[in-house]
Amino acid sequence: MKGKKLGKTIIEKIIQGHTKDDAAPGKIVWMDLDVRSARDFGGPNVVKNYEREYSDLPLADSKKTFFTFDLCVPASSLKYADAQQLCRDFAQKHNVKVFDVNKGIGSHVLIEEGLAGANSTVVGTDSHLNILGAVGCFGQGMGDVDITFAFRAGKTWFEVPETIKILLKGHFSYSATAKDLTLKVLKELGTRSAALKAVEFYGDAVQDLSLAGRITLCSMVTEMAGVIGFIPEYGDSFREEINGISKTKFNPFSADADSSYAEVIEINVEGLTPQVAVPFSPDNVRDVSELKGTKIQSGFIGSCTNGRTEDLALAARVLKQKKVKTDVMLKIVPSTAMVYRELLEQGILQDLFRAGAIISNPGCGGCADGHIGLTGEGEVQISTGNRNFEGKQGKGKTYLASPAVVAASCVLGEIASPEDL
Amino acid sequence: MSVHRGRIWVISDNKGNLIENIDTDQIFHNAFLHITELSQMGQYALGNLEGWKDFSKKARSGDVLMVGRNFGAGSSRQQAVDCFISLKIGLILAPSFGAIYFRNALNSGFPVLKSPALEEMVRDRKLETGDEIEVDFHKGKGLSLSKGFSFQVEAMSTVQYDIFKAGNLFNYGKTILKD
Repeated sequence: MKGKKLGKTIIEKIIQGHTKDDAAPGKIVWMDLDVRSARDFGGPNVVKNYEREYSDLPLADSKKTFFTFDLCVPASSLKYADAQQLCRDFAQKHNVKVFDVNKGIGSHVLIEEGLAGANSTVVGTDSHLNILGAVGCFGQGMGDVDITFAFRAGKTWFEVPETIKILLKGHFSYSATAKDLTLKVLKELGTRSAALKAVEFYGDAVQDLSLAGRITLCSMVTEMAGVIGFIPEYGDSFREEINGISKTKFNPFSADADSSYAEVIEINVEGLTPQVAVPFSPDNVRDVSELKGTKIQSGFIGSCTNGRTEDLALAARVLKQKKVKTDVMLKIVPSTAMVYRELLEQGILQDLFRAGAIISNPGCGGCADGHIGLTGEGEVQISTGNRNFEGKQGKGKTYLASPAVVAASCVLGEIASPEDL
Repeated sequence: MSVHRGRIWVISDNKGNLIENIDTDQIFHNAFLHITELSQMGQYALGNLEGWKDFSKKARSGDVLMVGRNFGAGSSRQQAVDCFISLKIGLILAPSFGAIYFRNALNSGFPVLKSPALEEMVRDRKLETGDEIEVDFHKGKGLSLSKGFSFQVEAMSTVQYDIFKAGNLFNYGKTILKD
């Protein structure tokens, strides 16, 4: 290695494109930010911080600054109504665009609006903003102090992470889905291997994933304690899909052949079956067959992990000619207004409604203090979300699974695979 | 200023092992996210962590927390750091932190330091709740005053130390924003 300059991984290339410093792993650099955003969660604190620290000083660039409301939309409590209005007033004063309570999950909206382009840098107050890795963008969730500074400065400090390479070998087919692949990876990695690192996923199992599937996998890099995940293998259908959305030509970086990885991990997913994460940890994953018969009172389909049209269409297929069991609540939250429109146009909402599902307007739904999907003491919920930490969605227990498994479970009133119907 | 002395709390389970993967909902539950007054936040610190729900009543100004790896996993909420600032906790030591949590603490000028040897020292009962320790942030050195031995902690990086000295990212940023 003496004197030889190693090639760069994807995260190193993206950061290098946004800094004058040397973007080598372990180095702290000043990184320019293409987009900085805040939600109704964290956003009010950003506004308060900004006014305290900078009063009437201008933003670095109002055209690159956004609010995205998604956590509690429209506000179902007075505190969120106040929080959102505080952000709107600030946005108006500083000429900032607001994707308001009608638009849906901010990270998805940024993709749909073409604001999270490949090789760009995006920060916001959403810990799942690394979802943007699905489209080759370095998205990063940050706290309100960070985002306040980013609003004003247009840049931030960042320690360039090391990268690990994950080879997902083998093929799988329905009834396993991208969510099952994701849970399988979580089972293998836990919160240790990817901790504080960037991840590059390769292999047959990922190259044909659609945008929805890529979002699912990249979203849960957060639960692996990773910084960001990229899937640098793109099939033609994905390119078509993303070119249809993005305003610029999709041309993401790939890693250099001689780039250096902290670790290379192979995971065999040949013949993968549906997986379920058991309370109270997303990496506490078992095969659905081990959990069959576990009684549930509610199901949730949605979230930034599994709220795309494809996810809800899959649930509708499982529910076709079936009914949600009478004593079970199935709550469905499409991720964005665009998804909602597609579901309407394709008749999927009607199918879901006929099956007995409760369908809400787009947004985050059940995470944190959301507007739908909370659990009561003693309640058992099966959800397509990404976290099942104790007490997060209420006093009940939450299992995590794919839309297909959640739909099937809601028909039978117990954890089940679609094949059990 | 770069040396802190205080009494430690080993945040362990009933078997005496450091609790790993403590997430932000266990540190500061989402039910209280509407609170923006720093003085109100301390009472909820570790309020949803089994076995430690009464922590805020027991903590004293200057105390040091020792926690398991991946501390502060989960959401980006700043309150999960601010609740400890509110209680005037002196610093937190962990084998590792969640990425966002570490940044949030650093940007608030709150000392968080990594100590890979922590798990072993807790397992061997070399570090126990109530012990007095001293930590040098700049040199990366820990010292048990109660038991008289030293241990390694990772020194603050230049950026972390600069922000810590300035008080927080905003103060530090004033020098950056001039150009």
